[in-house]
Amino acid sequence: MIAVLMILIPLLGGIISFFLKKGNTARSFSLLSAVVTMVIMLYGMLAPKGTTLLSFSADWLPMLGTRFSLEADGIARVLTLLTAIAYPLILVSTWQHTYKNANRFFGFMLLTQAGLMGVFLATDALLFYFFWELALIPVYFLCSIWGGERRIPVTFKFFIYTFIGSLLMLVGIIYVYSKTADHSFALDSFYHATLTGGEQSWLFWMFFVAFAIKMPIFPFHSWQPDTYEQSPTATTMVLSGLMVKMGIFAVIRWLLPLLPVGVNNWAVSVSFLSVIGIIYASLIALKQDDMKRLIAYSSIAHIGLMSLALFANNNVGMQGVVIQMFNHGINIIALWIVVEMIEQQFGTRKMSELGGIAQKAPALALLFVIVALANIALPLTNGFVGEFLMFNGIFTSTAYDGNYTLFGTWHLNAANLGIIFTILAGIGIILSAVYTLRAIQKVLYGETNNLTAGGRDIKVNEKWVLAVIVAVIIIIGIYPQPLLDVSHGAVTEVLQKADIGNLIKK
Amino acid sequence: MNALLISAVMGVLMMFSSFMLKSKSAVRNVALAGMFLILVANILDTYGWHLFNIPTEGMMHFDRFSLFFNSIAFACTFIFFLLSARDMEKVGINYAEYFSLIFFILCGIVLVASFQSLLILFLGIEIISIPLYILTGSDKRNLKSNEASLKYFLLGSFSTGIMLMGITLLYGHAGSFDITVLIKAGEKPSSLAIAGLLMLLFAMAFKVSAAPFHFWTPDVYDGAPTVFTSFMATIVKAAAFIGFMRLFSTAFYSLHDQWQMVIAIITALTLLIGNITAVFQQSIKRMLAYSSISQAGFMMLALFALNGTATEGLFLYVAAYSLATIGVFAVLIKMKDYTFEGFNGFARHHPFLAAVNTVFLLSLAGIPLTAGFLAKFYMLKAAVEAGGFLWLVIFAVLMAAVSVYYYFRVIQAMYFKEGDAPVSMEVSRPFQWVLGVLAFLIILLGVFPNALLYWFYF
Repeated sequence: MIAVLMILIPLLGGIISFFLKKGNTARSFSLLSAVVTMVIMLYGMLAPKGTTLLSFSADWLPMLGTRFSLEADGIARVLTLLTAIAYPLILVSTWQHTYKNANRFFGFMLLTQAGLMGVFLATDALLFYFFWELALIPVYFLCSIWGGERRIPVTFKFFIYTFIGSLLMLVGIIYVYSKTADHSFALDSFYHATLTGGEQSWLFWMFFVAFAIKMPIFPFHSWQPDTYEQSPTATTMVLSGLMVKMGIFAVIRWLLPLLPVGVNNWAVSVSFLSVIGIIYASLIALKQDDMKRLIAYSSIAHIGLMSLALFANNNVGMQGVVIQMFNHGINIIALWIVVEMIEQQFGTRKMSELGGIAQKAPALALLFVIVALANIALPLTNGFVGEFLMFNGIFTSTAYDGNYTLFGTWHLNAANLGIIFTILAGIGIILSAVYTLRAIQKVLYGETNNLTAGGRDIKVNEKWVLAVIVAVIIIIGIYPQPLLDVSHGAVTEVLQKADIGNLIKK
Repeated sequence: MNALLISAVMGVLMMFSSFMLKSKSAVRNVALAGMFLILVANILDTYGWHLFNIPTEGMMHFDRFSLFFNSIAFACTFIFFLLSARDMEKVGINYAEYFSLIFFILCGIVLVASFQSLLILFLGIEIISIPLYILTGSDKRNLKSNEASLKYFLLGSFSTGIMLMGITLLYGHAGSFDITVLIKAGEKPSSLAIAGLLMLLFAMAFKVSAAPFHFWTPDVYDGAPTVFTSFMATIVKAAAFIGFMRLFSTAFYSLHDQWQMVIAIITALTLLIGNITAVFQQSIKRMLAYSSISQAGFMMLALFALNGTATEGLFLYVAAYSLATIGVFAVLIKMKDYTFEGFNGFARHHPFLAAVNTVFLLSLAGIPLTAGFLAKFYMLKAAVEAGGFLWLVIFAVLMAAVSVYYYFRVIQAMYFKEGDAPVSMEVSRPFQWVLGVLAFLIILLGVFPNALLYWFYF
């Protein structure tokens, strides 16, 4: 039942918000809706294992063999939890921001939440596709109406990009459906569909392109920096903190167990793309002056690492990915909050125009530094736990052993690919330390200039939001066990289904 | 049979009403009442209440397929009348005659949906086409309208000629016009039959404006008065598709393997030309003309697949496409400026109209939660189930992605651009209500397509 409420509350909240006349009422109302969602989700998390609280199933289109079925298994639970927690944070941290037609803005924000929840919960392929697209429509309006100067073409590019990906996925879904024994879109039937190795090989790309565009993975990333830069900050938080997780989540739930042979065939190729993405995005991040673009590229690098660990296809690595999805969501939202505060106060995001803020706003500076360190994944922060596990997974992976044909063209015989990938990804981490610390240095330290001389520290509510996030960062950094417990079972289950060696033995 | 006779009688009645009734609103009300009567009579027919029992000697066959489509077509026409009947006044002085012609077209639609003899198909196509030539040219003082009418007439007659030729060849092969005995199962068709089949295929492709027989479409749709374009692009096109489907699924099913490739190529071409050309249009009316070509490409997938899913899907598609297109045109008619810029700032001045128009456009683009998505989904599913032609399916979805570009340009203009979006006439409250119901129907079909498809079986 809770699974339905997770979608229903934001959906109804969003619709009601459209009809509220006053902007302030709509803002309070949407916060209320988000908080209620969060409380119910937290209650669901505490529920004992094996209850039906977190799943739901009802007839929808029996003629097509599709049901309205939702379930929060381990991984879905982490992401619904992230979405439920992130929304109140986002709304509170952008509280001061005024929007024209605020009721519509908050309406669209809540509708996005409903779509995201649906994507994370759906266990029926057609339903999943429904929500996958639906999450996009409100974001399209959010960015196009309330975004920056170049918002219309940029958002359009984003929309077309993701739409092409989804349509290819739709063909993939229909194809797999036609191969299921009981002609059903249910996740379980999909897992048991009889697909030959050759079919899996091309189906892999039909699905993966959709997910790779969403994540985004090099070379499908070109929409991302522009969109992050042009969107209103609250939407950017949703996009980068939650929406990119749709792609990674979808790989775990809808790709690895569904097409194990396809994954096995392409794992090395995708890993190469991921590594290229990590290095490439980090290098570009070094050159950025706009803080939003810097974080956007840094995010591409982080997602690349997650994708690399995903296709390492072992338990440790995937545990790391699940943990890191949660942590990356929290950290990047915190970074956006800081950027938003700086931009609100000084009217610019350009690092070259800022400087010496630490003298004027010590609290902001302290919190910013902690968040930035978490972004670099320093020990004792949450980022470290995830990255450590992921590197461990990549290093020990057996997915790369043997001879490979890369993209069907280049032959490759490398026994030590795991080590090479680890080193290259490690360079990405070092680069991330370089650009993050440089950003801190430029923005917080040095001499104040005309613009920053009149700076003041952040307000109490802003301090609280950041303090809560910093607390989460440190608590997870020191004691990640509860999170690991949640994801452990699901990861093991996914890997059993995706384990190709196991399949052959059967 | 009920609907056929009543609509013929209504056609005659409307001709008389032009001098019997003085006020235009009286004419309009008679037409609306007649339309409603036809719809009800057809539904009664579906459930066994035959008002007339005239033996057709095997020339026509009123089965579920035809009666169900008739209901969809009549319901769409009824909605079309509710939305746009008032706008027909602007076209010219022969107000009642326009209704009369439309009722005659409906007669033709019934024939095309329920023929069993090729002669009835020919008759139906002609009864549809001739009033359409007149309606296209009804804006007498407009040069574009005249040109469109003449062009339509010349090309239309040509295609009818080809059709007749095909029918003749098929008669030579089988010695009968009856589509159920044209080609016997397991028989190796003579070259006469193959030639006849191809001619019928091309003639029907012309009627549904599939490429490369689509050249008349943009000019005719653009030149005709917008109210009639709306009717032509939706209900008439849907009827042509149903006739196409009926002909090929009954008469030529056993040769499916042999003409499937031809249809696949026509489908791909139609999708490509319709979508790519629509991208470059400046006028929304012309864009909708090309969009109707590209949507025809998607409907061709049903003919390509020719299985159970395809039949269901085609019904859903024609309903979804007709409802959405009628809605978009109804809004477009109210605008002063038919270019994309004409819609700038529309959302600020007419928030409700902009919202429903967005629903229609999203449906045309095939976004989930609207009928358009499930319609496209059915088509893709049918094509995948038909097997073998995966390139066509992938090509179709890529073209669907292109179509997003031009549909969303309208949404962009309405919501994100500044302007005053001048409307040429006032927008009445009932008009808004009908549009609201239409948008609701589209979303309903997008969530529960069974609300419609259920009636096909029960």
